[in-house]
Amino acid sequence: MTTTTRDPSTAAHRHRTVGGPAHELRAISMVWQREMIRFRHDPARVFAMLLQPLLFLFVMGTGLASIVDTGGEIDFRTFLFPGVLAISVLFSAAFAGISLVWDREFGFLREMLVAPVSKFAIIVGKCLGGATAATAQSLVVLALAGMVGVPYHPVLMLKLLALLFVAAFMLTAIGVLLSARIRQIQAAMPTSQLTILPMMFLSGALFPLANLPDWLAILTKLNPLTYVVQPMRAVVFDYLNVSAGALEALDPAITWFGWQLPIGVQILVALGFASAILAAGIAIFDRSD
Amino acid sequence: MAEPAVQVRGLTKTFGEIQAVRGIDLDVATGEMFGFLGPNGAGKTTTIKILCTLAEASAGSASVAGYDVARHTSAVRSRIGLVFQEPTLDTYLTAEQNLRFHGEMYGVPRERMRRRMDEVLEKVGLTDRRRDLVRKYSGGMRRRLEIARGLLHTPTVLFLDEPTIGLDPQTRAAIWDYIRALRATEEVTVFLTTHYMEEAEYCDRIAIIDNGEIVAVDTPEALKAAIGADRVQIATSDDAAAVAQLSERLEVEAAMHDGMVTFSVPGGASFVPRLFQALSVEIDTVTVTRPSLDDVFMAYTGRTIRDAEQGNAPHPLQLLAAGRR
Repeated sequence: MTTTTRDPSTAAHRHRTVGGPAHELRAISMVWQREMIRFRHDPARVFAMLLQPLLFLFVMGTGLASIVDTGGEIDFRTFLFPGVLAISVLFSAAFAGISLVWDREFGFLREMLVAPVSKFAIIVGKCLGGATAATAQSLVVLALAGMVGVPYHPVLMLKLLALLFVAAFMLTAIGVLLSARIRQIQAAMPTSQLTILPMMFLSGALFPLANLPDWLAILTKLNPLTYVVQPMRAVVFDYLNVSAGALEALDPAITWFGWQLPIGVQILVALGFASAILAAGIAIFDRSD
Repeated sequence: MAEPAVQVRGLTKTFGEIQAVRGIDLDVATGEMFGFLGPNGAGKTTTIKILCTLAEASAGSASVAGYDVARHTSAVRSRIGLVFQEPTLDTYLTAEQNLRFHGEMYGVPRERMRRRMDEVLEKVGLTDRRRDLVRKYSGGMRRRLEIARGLLHTPTVLFLDEPTIGLDPQTRAAIWDYIRALRATEEVTVFLTTHYMEEAEYCDRIAIIDNGEIVAVDTPEALKAAIGADRVQIATSDDAAAVAQLSERLEVEAAMHDGMVTFSVPGGASFVPRLFQALSVEIDTVTVTRPSLDDVFMAYTGRTIRDAEQGNAPHPLQLLAAGRR
């Protein structure tokens, strides 16, 4: 065999710290950073994604305001605002998750999956990245709060952002779950639309979940997104003067077999759904993809 | 010599009905440049996938860098560099960002990252393009970046699966210059697959694989010497008659390859005058070549590598599809 001149500096660093929690954390952070880099490079997408919630808020909201009876205390657009905020993260978050289909098509998924890190690290990093990008995007919608009579109270803003992040994380995880099974780029968009639209309509984002027929009420309670949208509306109404009657009509509490879920429990349910979806995504994602 | 960098015993892989790898044994020494030569569909990529922990063997065992590939996946993964046939770069990131992503995923120590990135970029001649988006890179530059990335975490074994596939000849030659230069500065075993004979010549040793079996392993020189014969190709007015006459009158078994009557004889040049005396058909051209790896392949498998690829060996796409199940 031929002898080679070694570079001593390479041999000295053969011992790496791979596999420990510190390494997993680095991997999560790096996958997150990649989402941030790509988000920054694509401002056109940000604006395209924002068009839809703005249409709901100002075009649909204004158009329907004249026929929807909100009891006179609250403008229909004020009612819509928390729902539209949630909608503003839905699509971009789900697309961030489903972008794994593109990563697979263009080969980068393999670069991630052959690395000596767990699937958990890769997928959690992806979900945190998608959720951060989607939440950042929704800031533009949040900035319009004053135009529909929602006060710019710092605590309210922070609460809304936190809830938006939960919604965005959940939706990114759903996107990841879908991408584990979708092989074709052409199928990615329609499939995610098909998943998101029912979730959006059944969450109470666009109409109050009061006096619904039983079948519809059950579907709304099975919808993970309901448990984020309802708390968002509740925190907004906390900062407005709303009578008990209007509250009953516009923001009825979620009940399970007659038990009214406190907001804290609703948020826990949302986090539970998000974790379950995440775990399912990690479980079915194929390492040899 | 220390433990082998790659050790394979009785490795077998079946996809349903198809036997892609049929019980192969291999030992690759540390520091060696080892080539896996065979036609498409011979089982090269399947074997590499098993060695890289991306596929499970149906039977047999393999260890890389001293770790069993089935049991210690993480230990193996952190000690190997991979360059696949298909690109695996994020083209919306810069070269540096791609490298940093890799370094973080492979746990390259932070204090060392910057210097190591400089080193590998320098090795593949991309230092001045490091801040460009990869989408602006040419095919050859991308491949060089992938090689640099494969080396970033100072792996024990670097796997290159068809490192020059899809590149033009000039770029292929350039890539090879970089790969060969690596050996002077990196303490790394290189395990590569190729179906280009001329690329296999660069290896210390090569294994010839056909239909999932290893038919020969040795240095390129030893393999060629073992053949001991030159290859003669002739074009005639009646090829069938020429084959028959060669057999009857000169006791030489000839066959049609690449549209020419082809046979092997010791001392090919001095055989040519006898050829003209013995054959009654008209001979248009005669080519005599010293043994090449192509001849070695033919000697062991009875066909040229091009015949093998056009034959009924399982198509790699079929294997890929079967592997997805």
